[in-house]
Amino acid sequence: MTVETRETRAARASASQDETPPGSTKIAVRDFNFYYGDHHVLHDITMEIPAKEVTAFIGPSGCGKSTFIRSINRMNDIIPGSRARGTLTLDEQDLYAPSIDVVALRRKVGMVFQKSNPFPKSVYENVAYGLRIGGVRDRRVLDELVEQSLQRAALWDEVKDRMGSSALALSGGQQQRLCIARALAVDPEVLLMDEPASALDPIATQKIEELIYELKSNYTIVIVTHNMQQAARVSDRTAFFMMGKLVEYDETNTIFMNPTEKLTEDYITGRFG
Amino acid sequence: MSIDPFDTTLTRVVPQRRRRRFGEKIGIGLLACSVILILAILGVILGDVIIHGAGHISWAFISESPRQGMTEGGIYPAIIGTTFLVLLMTVAAMPLGVGAAVYLHEYTPAETPKQAWALFRSAQRGDRRKALTTYLLSLLARGTRIAVANLAGVPSIVFGLFGLGFFIQFVGSAMDRATQPEGQILWGQGNLLWAALTLALLTLPTVIVATEEALRTVPEELRAGSIALGATRWETIRRIVLPGALPGILTGAILGISRGAGEVAPILFTGAAYYLPYLPEDLSSQFMHLGYHVYILSTQSPDVEATKPVLYGTVFVLLLLTFLLNLTGVLIRARTRSKLRSGG
Repeated sequence: MTVETRETRAARASASQDETPPGSTKIAVRDFNFYYGDHHVLHDITMEIPAKEVTAFIGPSGCGKSTFIRSINRMNDIIPGSRARGTLTLDEQDLYAPSIDVVALRRKVGMVFQKSNPFPKSVYENVAYGLRIGGVRDRRVLDELVEQSLQRAALWDEVKDRMGSSALALSGGQQQRLCIARALAVDPEVLLMDEPASALDPIATQKIEELIYELKSNYTIVIVTHNMQQAARVSDRTAFFMMGKLVEYDETNTIFMNPTEKLTEDYITGRFG
Repeated sequence: MSIDPFDTTLTRVVPQRRRRRFGEKIGIGLLACSVILILAILGVILGDVIIHGAGHISWAFISESPRQGMTEGGIYPAIIGTTFLVLLMTVAAMPLGVGAAVYLHEYTPAETPKQAWALFRSAQRGDRRKALTTYLLSLLARGTRIAVANLAGVPSIVFGLFGLGFFIQFVGSAMDRATQPEGQILWGQGNLLWAALTLALLTLPTVIVATEEALRTVPEELRAGSIALGATRWETIRRIVLPGALPGILTGAILGISRGAGEVAPILFTGAAYYLPYLPEDLSSQFMHLGYHVYILSTQSPDVEATKPVLYGTVFVLLLLTFLLNLTGVLIRARTRSKLRSGG
């Protein structure tokens, strides 16, 4: 349990605690394989995800991109019979080493799900949840961090007068931004987003995309999306997956304008998928 | 074989519309009849009890002990005995039942033993141990669920016999041997504690099944959301799962409790007394009980006709208590639900 002082908090408020310079490797993946029982889901994935940029995963349904993003914060651990081979490192630390503290890892690598999943609690308690389980008890510290997280998620102005009312009363887009605020509250370095806007209307989607653009100055963002335009709009780099294999991974511009692989071109131009 | 899409002879097999409507009416009519029948039976029972029993209720009836071979006086000791018994039973059954259900649903693997075995067969060398644990736990879960289901089907008199054999003759006697140097009998006879534990065993399946059902209604996404924020499994259960399942758990608990409150068979040999001039003092006391009182008034009394008014009064009080218990449950549930909705 960490006790926060005013100083550490002030330091954190000014900039995210992640010191990794933008563009340098944050997550490195080498020959990574993943299995559910007999089912070989990911085949020899090798890629490097840069810090403080947005990396998009695209590909047809069932290509393994969701499984891959869930490997980065080891959410797949919950599923019995799942196992990983190869290496996946965050800041050069092997995430699948036996010594790794999975709970601490998940505080460092936040996650936003496809279906917004606010807890059936108040707006305030949703954002405070991660802080409370992290041991923050001081009401003033909680108040400040909750407000800050909501501001970072561009939701503060909409909910500041209804902090005590149920999160379930918010609109779909607000709920999803609340889930982002909730993830930001524990001050992660990486934010994983699994199709965060797929259930939202265009306006709410646009807000999420603007938010992603703002957040990338402080966070390393990995986003899974089915929406090709969205990948083109928000991401710096794009990885195209198919049948559990990484087909192509490059700057987003290159992938969309001038892909090397025929498969990538076919998928992007909508010839299948 | 191909079907001609324009062949009209095919549709002639479909019964005439009018006949179908008639069948539908009969079906709905039968369903309505069964509802009316149930309501009628309930109405007759309640009406009989209220008409004959309500008039006998007075302050003296609920605050005095029985007199004159139970043909006069009140049922105060039986009310107190029943209350103590039900409270003790709840204290014993709830933690055990909820705990077992949480373990079964949240900690044992979701796979059936067959699926877990398949996973074990396909596991690589390094994962063998984990897969074997999963398999064994899924077997344990399956076994426990079968045992619970069977427990629910055991006749209540068998629970009474079990309580007599296990709690009184085995545990109680052993306690007496250890604590009573001169061979007195303190725990080796029926009392409040053994009766409450026996009843707790009887209500356990209801509590476990209802709790597991309630846990199932908590969406998996909420668990994932909590885990992804760095919560441990236990923190997730305590802060997200249990609060979400609370209304359902309470419903189950109250169903179990009100069933237990009216059961007589399990306490026949484990602690209920025919007549006691005093109230139970501690766990080793015998006690009077409303349900048991009804039984003895109607079968064991020397003058059954003379006890009839008392009998109806007692049944009325027993029904009222059970009803109040159910009502409390419903109210608590409604309150927790609205609190959850408004995000308390």
